[in-house]
Amino acid sequence: MTAPVPGALLTAENLRKTYGPTVALDGAGLSLHPGEIVAVMGPSGSGKSTLLHCLAGIVTPDSGSITYDGHELTAMSDSRRSALRRSEFGFVFQFGQLVPELTCVENVALPLRLNGTPRKEAERTALAWMERLEVADLRGKRPGEVSGGQGQRVAVARALVTGPRVLFADEPTGALDSLNGERVMELLTEAARSSNAAVVLVTHEARVAAYSDREIVVRDGKSRDMERAV
Amino acid sequence: MSIGHTLLGLLESGPRHGYDLKRVFDEKFGHDRPLHYGQVYSTMSRLLKNGLVVVDGIEAGDGPERKRYAITEAGITDVERWLTTPEKPEPYLQSTLYTKVVLALLTHRNAADVLDIQRAEHLRSMRILTDRKRKGDLADQLICDHALFHLEADLRWLELTAARLDRLREAVTR
Repeated sequence: MTAPVPGALLTAENLRKTYGPTVALDGAGLSLHPGEIVAVMGPSGSGKSTLLHCLAGIVTPDSGSITYDGHELTAMSDSRRSALRRSEFGFVFQFGQLVPELTCVENVALPLRLNGTPRKEAERTALAWMERLEVADLRGKRPGEVSGGQGQRVAVARALVTGPRVLFADEPTGALDSLNGERVMELLTEAARSSNAAVVLVTHEARVAAYSDREIVVRDGKSRDMERAV
Repeated sequence: MSIGHTLLGLLESGPRHGYDLKRVFDEKFGHDRPLHYGQVYSTMSRLLKNGLVVVDGIEAGDGPERKRYAITEAGITDVERWLTTPEKPEPYLQSTLYTKVVLALLTHRNAADVLDIQRAEHLRSMRILTDRKRKGDLADQLICDHALFHLEADLRWLELTAARLDRLREAVTR
């Protein structure tokens, strides 16, 4: 269990979550400070993705507490949590996150459009993010026409376009080869640091976790803060 | 790394003084560990004795004489043999880590802690290397990658061992 940490932006304590007879989380916790990159590591099926989903308000834990910026996430209404996810959180998953019918710049601009930003302004901001992620030349292409590594960089641009305070990345390089995965991590962490976004980085790869500031390990639904293990 | 073979290889492009060899070696391969002058001169003496280099010229100066070395045909053959002979893979069986884990189990200590503490230390090293790699040139990147892959292999072993601790405990305390 993770004790509350002063100054944390996001704190989860003693989370429990079961799916039928399967215990996914059994007392897990985590604290995240503004601008900090924390890797969540652990073997497959250990509960790390469930922990991320709980932290992001996608899944409600059976018990335990999640505090975001002083507010209890589990006590919020669904619509309030959805609004929070749209405005304060960004998401990058392993694959399948871009809308195939839209061009890359339209994909990146989508979160801004959903928040009511006019099209031109949204696409101008989107393009600036695509430039930072070195994919501006793909603006008119559709996701099916770009490589896996390029698609992930477009997805990172989309996740950061609203200026989120927390970026949730679940195995963001899981479907990429070493070189492409490395470039995605370099650009993702540079972009997050320059915009002061905190990152929760779920990965089972040590080389990916090495881009973080510190790590926690999840095993059998329990988390361990490795900084405090040494 | 074989310093002798590396210095020999550097002589293939033309004769060099000992000082010049040290400078090129440090620039290309020395990153964390520059050569000492003593290492260069003792290595060159050995290569000279074995007929792999010859003294191509001697310059007198204010200080000691400066010998210029040239590689011989036998030296070129030796470099070729070294480059085409695979290095022996080191399996690191009976490593210190294995010993620590078994000892922790035998003495009823928390072996998972041993693994976790090591894991954190390995990842700390990987962060330093990743940072150095980001800031470095291609040579730095390749050198850091080599170290990173080795540390990653260790980490995979730590993870696997953590998953097998119960079985290992049964086996060693039987």
